[in-house]
Amino acid sequence: MTTITATPDDFSGAHAHHDDHADHKPGFFARWFMSTNHKDIGTLYLIFAIVAGIIGGAISGLMRAELAQPGVQYLQGWASMMMGSEANLDQAYHLWNVLITAHGLIMVFFMVMPAMIGGFGNWFVPIMIGAPDMAFPRMNNISFWLLIPAFLLLLGSTFVPGGTGLGAGTGWTVYAPLSTSGSAGPAVDLAILSLHIAGASSILGAINFITTIFNMRAPGMTLHKMPLFVWSVLVTAFLLLLALPVLAAAITMLLTDRNFGTTFYDAAGGGDPVLYQHLFWFFGHPEVYIMILPGFGIVSQIVSTFSRKPVFGYLGMAYAMVAIGAVGFVVWAHHMFTTGMSVNVKMYFTAATMVIAVPTGIKIFSWIATMWGGSMSFKTPMVWALGFIFMFTVGGVTGVVLANGGVDDVMHDTYYVVAHFHYVLSLGAVFGLFAGFYYWFPKMSGKMYNEFLGQVHFWVFFIGVNVLFFPMHFLGLSGMPRRYPDYPEAYAYWNKVASHGYEIMAVGMGVFFINLIWSLAAGKKAADNPWGEGATTLEWTLSSPPPFHQFETLPVID
Amino acid sequence: MKMVKSVVLAALLVFAPAFGQSALAQDNATAAAAAPAANAAVDSAAATNAADAAPVAAAVPAVAAPPRMKPTEGIGMPKPGEYTLQEQFTSTGRDARWLHDIMLLPIITIISVFVLALMLWVMFRYRRAANPVPSKTSHNTFIEIAWTVIPVFILLAIAVPSLGLLADQYKPAPKDAVTVKVTGYQWYWGYEYPDAGIAEFVSNMLPPEKALANGEPNQLAVDNRLVLPAGRPVKLIITGSDVIHSFAVPSLWVKMDAVPGRLNEKSFTIDKPGVYYGQCSELCGARHGFMPIAIEALPPAQFDQWVLSQGGKLPGAAAPAAAAEATPAAAAPKVAAKSAPVAPAKI
Repeated sequence: MTTITATPDDFSGAHAHHDDHADHKPGFFARWFMSTNHKDIGTLYLIFAIVAGIIGGAISGLMRAELAQPGVQYLQGWASMMMGSEANLDQAYHLWNVLITAHGLIMVFFMVMPAMIGGFGNWFVPIMIGAPDMAFPRMNNISFWLLIPAFLLLLGSTFVPGGTGLGAGTGWTVYAPLSTSGSAGPAVDLAILSLHIAGASSILGAINFITTIFNMRAPGMTLHKMPLFVWSVLVTAFLLLLALPVLAAAITMLLTDRNFGTTFYDAAGGGDPVLYQHLFWFFGHPEVYIMILPGFGIVSQIVSTFSRKPVFGYLGMAYAMVAIGAVGFVVWAHHMFTTGMSVNVKMYFTAATMVIAVPTGIKIFSWIATMWGGSMSFKTPMVWALGFIFMFTVGGVTGVVLANGGVDDVMHDTYYVVAHFHYVLSLGAVFGLFAGFYYWFPKMSGKMYNEFLGQVHFWVFFIGVNVLFFPMHFLGLSGMPRRYPDYPEAYAYWNKVASHGYEIMAVGMGVFFINLIWSLAAGKKAADNPWGEGATTLEWTLSSPPPFHQFETLPVID
Repeated sequence: MKMVKSVVLAALLVFAPAFGQSALAQDNATAAAAAPAANAAVDSAAATNAADAAPVAAAVPAVAAPPRMKPTEGIGMPKPGEYTLQEQFTSTGRDARWLHDIMLLPIITIISVFVLALMLWVMFRYRRAANPVPSKTSHNTFIEIAWTVIPVFILLAIAVPSLGLLADQYKPAPKDAVTVKVTGYQWYWGYEYPDAGIAEFVSNMLPPEKALANGEPNQLAVDNRLVLPAGRPVKLIITGSDVIHSFAVPSLWVKMDAVPGRLNEKSFTIDKPGVYYGQCSELCGARHGFMPIAIEALPPAQFDQWVLSQGGKLPGAAAPAAAAEATPAAAAPKVAAKSAPVAPAKI
């Protein structure tokens, strides 16, 4: 074992003549392809997430186009294009399942997670705790580069046979036996392998974050002084570490069921398809908190900054996240209310699920209390954070409805569920991402974004996603099932509205990309701390952008 | 370090089979029970057509099936532009809808509006122009306890009727409930009446032209409906033959997965005669969106007539009284006798 423990004394003597090394950057290839620098890796993650987000978002555009009116308008044409020959109806319908699968997997594993944890986590966790870099810089590098083959495998899977047509059409949940005996061909194997690799990437990242946060805090930065964003990433990293191995086990058994004749999930051989669902959701439910917790952290930083007030009830906020993470591990079967569980199990999961509303409520009210008595300004990051708080509340309360096992009987697998999880993810996590992006963009790039375009982006996107997702509550109440390429005439009205919502949202995204490119090319130079006295975390003490290596002399927190 | 690694690896290897084993053991019983049932279902599916034709042709005064029921617009199906739950036709469905409409929906609306109002208020009152000097308050024990405890009470208020509803939904069906075995296939449903001795028949979606010609909603209409009695308890035994499907009828508050190797049970009583539509609600492959469910709930007498018309027998020897009203008295025993060989079947 080598000693890697650094004390402030190690650095203070060398300070003067090491200063010029702080900005010594390697050449292009070494810098971006062999990077061990947490900020560069963070940037790579953000670029990756934006690319994946464009693909995942385009797929949802295809789906909204098809669903804009009853009947199957485009699927057959798209399937023919992919296959290079005339596709029959079944192959077209299979393409639909491939689209929903790809949209889900890309948005979860290749957009939200890399952006939240890999992007903002890498960039700002070391800086916020006063560390020069992550604990394992080279492991950080492999975490990122594992994502590339994982993503390529997933994209590649759509071009090989997957049963009825090309690609894996199993849904992001990959339920057996549809994913085993129900999907011949290599597509599902490629998708499973993709998840394995993405999971390994995330586990390595989680180990890195936990080690960094526990061992590399600057002197005086006790756990109870850490910024809430760091707390959120710490809890998230533990969720990743505990949940992903279970997913790995579940999909490994899928793989052996598919290829080596085992029958873990096959009743004919003594297995049980529902076992897969238990394992998947034991991972899958913590996974939804993995996606939202860093968003909680980002919003806490932003609300405090733009209210010029410290976060209200800091410890309550931190331990609310710990509680959400802990309780998040014992509620998984509310995703399986209709699988035929016994009444006692259903009652337990109903009650346990509702418990989560309590720490979540603490967070919502603490954010409002942070603003209460503050001196608020409404810069772009703040409007996104405010949007987050309200939209997450709406998504949260429909979660309380769905938590009731008896009520879920009619809502399960309908558009009500789709509305619910898009309100907490597409309007929650994604709003958190945009909030964080605008908040830290000046720090990361050294350029200011355009405030006007930022506000336009918010309002257009906000209206768009609400027009897109709110009607889905109505469709769900009225009984429209999820994952349907076509529907009875009665559902036409709200589907049309939702598709128009997508168009509005797409315009909003256009504004975002214009803002991004314009700001990078011609944005005003950003000050070290553009947000004023409310921004109290360590990243605002550094230059914008920060030096290549920060904190060669560790800051001391009083 | 190396040793630690190998110990961990060894432990993993030891536990891996144990894990698999327990998984295997868990549902041996159901699997064993279901496997023959599934086979039987497949066999009987093949036999259905023949069986269907034979008794009808042979029985001299064959009982005519009651005429195909016309659905009522907006009942048992979604309404255009609807933004509420569908009208309910079972007692648990009405209770559940009450829980949603009268308790949950108002509560979540009030909470959302309350949060929005608070946010708008702080945004107005504590904007920089109105409040240039921020306060330094970051704790208030009383309010922190309040916003922890009050939600707990709200949740308790929801939990009590919610758990009660669950208990109601799981009330076992009485012994005389009409039992139907429902099997999900890629991509159609199979219905079998083991007690009445009606072999499995399959139910496919009607093509759009036929649905419209029938005056039925497109995507929901099927050729052979699941015929059930209104006003009598019904017990569905639900399973899947290939992949997981889900038997769902929103207007009856029914949704139960059809899992291969498992027999799931769902009991309910339909209040009123009518046609109630539903759709498969678990992703099951390419034509997942095209295997709808249609239940035709008949008045008891007509249901008995339908059972007889399918060559089924009515429960108990003393039962044909109801049938007698609707059919020639002689027909009942004759058909019952005919179908006897088919009866010793499933489950």
